[in-house]
Amino acid sequence: MSAFIEPIVGRYVHVEIDGETNRIYFEENGSGIPLVCLHTAGSDARQWRHLLVDEEFTKHFRVIAFDMPWHGKSNPPDSGYGTEYKLTTASYTATIRAFCKALDLDRPVVMGCSIGGRIVLNLAIDHAKEFRALIGLEAADFQQPWYDTAWLNRPDVHGGEVCAALVSGLIAPQGPEVARNETLWGYKQGGPGIFKGDLYFYRVDGDLRGRTASINVRDCPLYLLTGEYDFSCTPEDTLRTAASIKGAEATVMEALGHFPMSENPAQFRRYIAPVLDDIRARSGA
Amino acid sequence: MSVSTEQRSKGPPVAFTDAAVIDAFRRIPDHLARDAVLMARGRLLDVDCLLGPTVQPFHVAIRAGAIVDITPAPVLMRSSRFSYLASPQAWAAYWQPMPPAGWHDLLSLTKRGEATLSGDLHPFIAHLQYFKDVLALPRRHGFGGAA
Repeated sequence: MSAFIEPIVGRYVHVEIDGETNRIYFEENGSGIPLVCLHTAGSDARQWRHLLVDEEFTKHFRVIAFDMPWHGKSNPPDSGYGTEYKLTTASYTATIRAFCKALDLDRPVVMGCSIGGRIVLNLAIDHAKEFRALIGLEAADFQQPWYDTAWLNRPDVHGGEVCAALVSGLIAPQGPEVARNETLWGYKQGGPGIFKGDLYFYRVDGDLRGRTASINVRDCPLYLLTGEYDFSCTPEDTLRTAASIKGAEATVMEALGHFPMSENPAQFRRYIAPVLDDIRARSGA
Repeated sequence: MSVSTEQRSKGPPVAFTDAAVIDAFRRIPDHLARDAVLMARGRLLDVDCLLGPTVQPFHVAIRAGAIVDITPAPVLMRSSRFSYLASPQAWAAYWQPMPPAGWHDLLSLTKRGEATLSGDLHPFIAHLQYFKDVLALPRRHGFGGAA
């Protein structure tokens, strides 16, 4: 066989979350320190495909990316059909912890982007000792809304088109066109109301202002990295958040926007490689 | 906290004149007429709207994705469904080949207070990428800024 086959392996794991079994799709590659990656609101784990095949990173890390329930290849739980999907701080936190437990991961690193970045702050606040390190991309305790999410799910506006068009401006202009298109494709494929439901966590339920000062990075190192072109979670939002956390590392990434790992993987690599090296050094791996 | 960032642009990033911005805006219908892909994306759009620089808005009539009329405002008792108006410095920055951060999207401009969006937003939102790309056309056609 001469075809190129990527080393990523995709499987389903059955995870009990809030008393119900969820069939969660995840992809992984590599061995070593478990590194769990969280996708952005309204998209899925394909955003991490470049990190998943990075030959250097996967020598030292077991990189794992899963589709949140209701996203990508993880269907809604059986009881979810016909209901309005709303992600909350509690349900998001429970999902991540249950997934890590189901795979029996030993103090994994969790790296999340956007809503994934917000929730790692909550993990740092409430569950730091379960994790080896936490990485928040495009993460802040809060950011100012810039559009009305009611537009994301209504019969007279195409949901896929509007979700992609809204977030298209969050991508930095320097990235490759194909990576931009692929990033937006994920938004065009989301289920109805899912992006909006994720943003319930981001906009309403997950305001962490006033809570981040309790984060103790000695329990778990925390790295925050935000793209300069992200006008949703701005660099100022991240720097403000980092300033409230003693010992947190904050970096503004040039020529990147809200989707660093998928919109410009090579540029993102420049910034994430030293972070992963640091985590390895701290772990003695 | 450690911050590793090089100096980022804060203010109006490019040189421009109001006249150059107004002239570039007036040329958008011609650029659009030569872009079959963009026209096709707007094929279901018919709307009269108010677009352009705050110093000289234009009444824009769009039919089947083509701009069939662009007339400087005000026009006595002319209606418009929605308006998107931005400062001249915002258009000048938005039209740069590599627009600076925060000046690179129609909605980053509204968020930073350089543009306003008002009226019945349905046609704008339902064709959001179309409007972003139509209003960015001077970028692809060599906006000069201070010409």
